[in-house]
Amino acid sequence: MRTSRRRRPTPRLLTAAGAALALLLTGCSGDSGDDDGKITLQFQSLAWQKESVDANKALVDEWNATHPDVKVNYVQGSWDSVHDQLLTSFEGGEAPDIIHDASDDLADFAYGGYLADIGDLLPERLTSDIPERSWETATFGGKVYGVPFLQEPRVLIANATWLKKSGVRIPTPEKPWSWAEFRSVTKELGDGKDGKYGVAWPLKEPVSATLNLSLSTGGKMFHRGADGKVDVRFDAADQIMPRTVHDQVNGDGSASGTTLGMGGSDTLPGFFGGKYAMVPLGFSYRQQIVQQAPKGFDWQVLPAPAGADGLAQGVSPQTLSVSEDSPHKKEAAAFIDFFLQPDNMVKLARGDWMLPTGAEALKDPALRTEKDDWAVGTALAEHLRPAPAQSVRGYPEWKDKVATPAFQEYYSGAIGLDELRKRLVDDGNLVLARYQR
Amino acid sequence: MTRTKKSTRAAQYAALAAYLVFLAFPFLWLISTAFKPARELGSLHPTWIPEDPTLDNFRQAFDEQPLLRAAGNSLIAALSASLIAVVIATPMAYVMARHRNRVSKAATGWVVISQAFPFVLIIIPLFLILKNLHLINSLLGLIMVYVVWSLPFALWMLVGYVRAVPAELEEAAAVDGASKVRTFVSVVAPLLAPGIVATAMFAFITAWNEFFFALVLLKTPEKQTLPVILNRFIGTEGVADLGPLAAAAFLATIPSLVIFAIIQKRITGGMLAGAVKA
Repeated sequence: MRTSRRRRPTPRLLTAAGAALALLLTGCSGDSGDDDGKITLQFQSLAWQKESVDANKALVDEWNATHPDVKVNYVQGSWDSVHDQLLTSFEGGEAPDIIHDASDDLADFAYGGYLADIGDLLPERLTSDIPERSWETATFGGKVYGVPFLQEPRVLIANATWLKKSGVRIPTPEKPWSWAEFRSVTKELGDGKDGKYGVAWPLKEPVSATLNLSLSTGGKMFHRGADGKVDVRFDAADQIMPRTVHDQVNGDGSASGTTLGMGGSDTLPGFFGGKYAMVPLGFSYRQQIVQQAPKGFDWQVLPAPAGADGLAQGVSPQTLSVSEDSPHKKEAAAFIDFFLQPDNMVKLARGDWMLPTGAEALKDPALRTEKDDWAVGTALAEHLRPAPAQSVRGYPEWKDKVATPAFQEYYSGAIGLDELRKRLVDDGNLVLARYQR
Repeated sequence: MTRTKKSTRAAQYAALAAYLVFLAFPFLWLISTAFKPARELGSLHPTWIPEDPTLDNFRQAFDEQPLLRAAGNSLIAALSASLIAVVIATPMAYVMARHRNRVSKAATGWVVISQAFPFVLIIIPLFLILKNLHLINSLLGLIMVYVVWSLPFALWMLVGYVRAVPAELEEAAAVDGASKVRTFVSVVAPLLAPGIVATAMFAFITAWNEFFFALVLLKTPEKQTLPVILNRFIGTEGVADLGPLAAAAFLATIPSLVIFAIIQKRITGGMLAGAVKA
């Protein structure tokens, strides 16, 4: 009995320990890095769709083939976790040299001293090619912390057959719908009585959609005083877009209440299935529609409704930044200049189904084609502005704790406009005040 | 069997069946999605069985991401971490269970408290320590993190298993002249086998599914693990490349299912082994 007990566990234990040791000794060592004296830059890209990744990698290969002394390593990141991942890398002194992110994520890193001011490192060609309104999205305290290069407007993606059959006026970038006309059109298209709606608002995250679209009616919501402090207001101009949605859902029945809690992708099956005539979505959703729409499904892109300020709407462009810790900022800026040459910007824009910020790239015929309604989006580019809240410190907390639940309750009809204003303004200003002492 | 007992038994089976359906639903839906073409993914009336099944999602997933290499990395990290965790935790658990004093009480308290630390609180100091040890972008560094991360709970689990082993068996071994080490190896360890296996499973699954540490610590694609690679199928605002993501996620479940299937027999076998002293 003793003999059998002695035999059983010991060989297993030894095997397990041996296997563990072998695993640790093989293939687990860290990177040694380059020792050949050449400069090596780490470029962390967030490209994720195949065409976009291919375009990014091809440009990196092209750079490496033509710049033997400055090698760029392509490192894949992901949108879902980029903020935490970058913050940790910055704190640990291991951040990539060139960083792909979105402009609304840059403020914390810029104010935290993690990003380099690249204003003086960029060539005139690039600075003059990108309009000032786009530079504003990545400029904090007068310093440039990123190059905005891709952006997308929110558009109405419509069931073209349904629209034509209804006989409503089809809007164009030159003659868009007003918000009032939009409301009346959606009523005409469907009032929900037969399960069909004029529009489906995917408002799982209602705050940025509301703020960005309210720019068209002159809504600002965030007002910066002479002392630099920001306060929240909810004036008549801020109310037009939210009231339209509220009334469509709770009064007219022309917007489905069930989609208020959905993300954009969640509404597509209903759109393809003929439940909704229109869905307000980002311009890049066209790719999903091309892939997933049933054969013969006829769709088209329409501009979002316009207000007193025309087709203006807020965006947070994708950006390229340079890490403050990078010892090769000049080379990193040179790579960004190469990467964002007009032809390359076009490739990147097509890969992501978005719009380039550069004026030269926007002229490219490939982005003005009628196919997949590229031309409609390109016509909207000049109306895009910085998202109103992206430079406001305390905005994330205001958004999560105050504005998101308030808008969700208002859109669903649980609270009225007075209560919404009270929460956004009274509660909101208390939150912002803590960041502005 | 009385009517009451029969109806109770029937209700139990119904509850079990409902639970199994609840557990199986996401996995079956994942499989169904993995084989659907893009146009079926956008259907208002989705079907369980794909109408036009395709392997395109699998092809695309393999084309776009290094899934096999990532699976290999995950396997190395998870197996190593679980093995090391149980090798360290088993004797520690024995000491904590059998020798109750201030030290073991303090250790138990620490184990409980350590479970409350959020990832974000520890990741930056951990990152700095690993950087100084040149273990950033290294599977060895990741394995060390996983061992440390799973050790407290592994220890806690094993203490319970050790306490369930009757002390009389050890006393009998001592009467037979066995040393403490011999008693542990020959008497206690075999009886602990189910617990050790269950603990190893816990450590394996924790490491296999872990995302955040792997994301932060591993920089190059050659070193990255499956959860990090799977995350690349998700874009801005939660938009996902659903077909390839489902295909890759389905493949990612297979190794852990196989390991569970193998280990499950060991647990059952271990429960029956060595409990009776001849």
